[in-house]
Amino acid sequence: MNIRIINGRVINPVRQTDCVQDVFIADGKIAALGAAPDGFQPARTLDATNLVVVPGLIDLAARLREPGFEYRATLESEMEAAMTGGVTSVAIPPDTDPALDEPGLVEMLCYRAKKLNRAHIYPIGALTIGLKGERLSEMAELVEAGCFAFSQANVPILDNMVLMRAMQYAATFNFRVWLQPIAPFLARGGYAHDGETASRLGLTGIPVAAETVALFTYLQLAKTTGARLHITRLSSAEGLTLIEQAREEGMDVTCDISINQLHLCDQDIGYFNTNCHLIPPLRSQQDLKALSKGLLEGRINALCSDHTPVDDDCKLIPFSESEPGATGLELLLPLTLKWAEESNLPLVNALSRVTSEPARLIGITKAGYLAPGARADLCIFDPAARFTVNRDNLKSQGKNTPFLGFELPGLVHYTIVEGKLMFER
Amino acid sequence: MRNPQINRHGELQHLLTLDGLPREIINSILDNAAPFTEVAEREVKKLPLLRGKSIFNLFFENSTRTRTTFEIAAKRLTADVVNLNVSTSSTAKGESLLDTIDNLCAMNADMFVVRHSASGAPVLIAQHLLATGRDHVHVVNAGDGRHAHPTQGLLDMYTIRHYKHDFTQLSVAIVGDVLHSRVARSQIAVLTTLGVPDLRVIAPKTLLPTAIDNMGVRTFNDMREGLRGVDVVMMLRLQNERMAGALLPTPQEYYKVWGLTPEKLSLAKQDAIVMHPGPMNRGIEIDSAVADGAQAVILPQVTFGIAVRMAVMCMLAGQ
Repeated sequence: MNIRIINGRVINPVRQTDCVQDVFIADGKIAALGAAPDGFQPARTLDATNLVVVPGLIDLAARLREPGFEYRATLESEMEAAMTGGVTSVAIPPDTDPALDEPGLVEMLCYRAKKLNRAHIYPIGALTIGLKGERLSEMAELVEAGCFAFSQANVPILDNMVLMRAMQYAATFNFRVWLQPIAPFLARGGYAHDGETASRLGLTGIPVAAETVALFTYLQLAKTTGARLHITRLSSAEGLTLIEQAREEGMDVTCDISINQLHLCDQDIGYFNTNCHLIPPLRSQQDLKALSKGLLEGRINALCSDHTPVDDDCKLIPFSESEPGATGLELLLPLTLKWAEESNLPLVNALSRVTSEPARLIGITKAGYLAPGARADLCIFDPAARFTVNRDNLKSQGKNTPFLGFELPGLVHYTIVEGKLMFER
Repeated sequence: MRNPQINRHGELQHLLTLDGLPREIINSILDNAAPFTEVAEREVKKLPLLRGKSIFNLFFENSTRTRTTFEIAAKRLTADVVNLNVSTSSTAKGESLLDTIDNLCAMNADMFVVRHSASGAPVLIAQHLLATGRDHVHVVNAGDGRHAHPTQGLLDMYTIRHYKHDFTQLSVAIVGDVLHSRVARSQIAVLTTLGVPDLRVIAPKTLLPTAIDNMGVRTFNDMREGLRGVDVVMMLRLQNERMAGALLPTPQEYYKVWGLTPEKLSLAKQDAIVMHPGPMNRGIEIDSAVADGAQAVILPQVTFGIAVRMAVMCMLAGQ
């Protein structure tokens, strides 16, 4: 279907352009920007007056909960959420049940996603079998099946020799290794940032050292093995400093944070709000500020939702017994916009953290930008509209998020995936 | 974020924590407790203030002593008391905490006295009651995880006020495992609210919570230094499992460095009182000579505890 988008404010982060122009879509691709190509016949014209047209958002971490946790969410429900949120590509962490450690599983997931024909999925393979940190997964096979990187999700490897071997093996093929900095014994048994809030509430703390010690290890091992390291879900100012030091020494290491770490700190736990039970934990206000500044200055490369639907049964229980995680796919854009507003950051820069930058980290070459020939994945939203987050307006099956009750900017009007209009408000 | 224990009129709806509890409410509980101490000395130890009320003692964690004091307090107020040791009943069958609460509410409970091993469990119950519009049901936290033990904190204040009168002139030292102690957290909260100018905690670094300095206390690792000149010594219980967690080497070393002996106590003021929430580990955190000595007010604490719990229950559910 040929689509013409008229009068929209077209923002293309990769080229740093922000101007009103028309967009023409044909054969699943962007046919032209500005003037219509010769003989272009639109089947549909979308009026984007006062709306912003951007590349569809690319989320570096969204748990769609399949396979294994279908009672929490399904591909159907979460793809719906992605479309509502203008997210057209998602990277999927391997902590499904079973973990994404077998080519067959990955193929099945890709097949199911393709059949649904919504957001493109980019599975991250398990670095070790069952994420157990003992035996290596079949990385070469997994990449053939569709994985673009390998990770342990939130399950750190206990044995550093296994970790080193895994990184070495991945480096053999120049595969990406995505690691979340968690020192297993330092984080064990904790559920909140080890600071004043946790001390007051009597919650077992997770010290910042759980992140920094792991980072030291990962950075050293990456240096030794030559693995392509990406650090996921950074939570502390000190952690960011370590990454920058490694960069100063010439290491090529990237990192991301989640919307939770960009907007919240440990004080938001309030009176034991289990929606603030997250991995990594919400840290101090100073950490929050440092991370926001880091993302602003591009020292943190990208922002993701870390979408983790958790059902009520696992949240309406005492904090220490509750499951970590929060839904986020539909909030990625609004929270990016909120952050841009609060930091006086031009939209073109803010949106790069959820479009062009994550595309680069995943290695997506066909999307994440607007140019003739690019895959026509687009998000068209009203930046001025505001809405209040509540359980009823979330499409995700997971209704639990610390942002319930927040008034956020940004309402998606249209989501286009590969030239098809998949969502329309 | 609404403070879940205060209702719209600024009155106490639940007693969940002493952190942030207004001084006026604390003082009125202590004032109301005073006449109840006399009830215990009467031949008929009963008042009809909670007649017809159903109080459920919901103990998800075992504690004979605390449960008994709540039971006595409720019975002296003529309430109907039901004791549930939930660790051995419904949760073992997989029922969730809030399902248990809903079921007991269906039996027309007026008050839950809750002990739970997870910090915040009574707060969750209170929030649930609020969300479901059951404003007539009250929750008393009888100790949750490491979070709070408000009635213990209040009875400690009653005891201190009984012996020392003016909080604003006092030096108070809390000694021991502050990290794992809900009692210490409640004590620190209420002592700072009542205006104690010199509040100290004494413990090895492994047993102090992070950022405790922000809670209005001075920390001491050296017990002798910390005890010097204090009016009140509040000892904490040391659980044996602390040795397993690599927090302490041995009970013997703990006793040697942080155990309260007559010799260390002599550094406090001559008329200093010694308190302990019980049960005591003699020879670990406290020497028998101190526990049974003239300065100890450990048994009066227990007696006052019943009066304070009566006052709390009356304030919540009384007419």
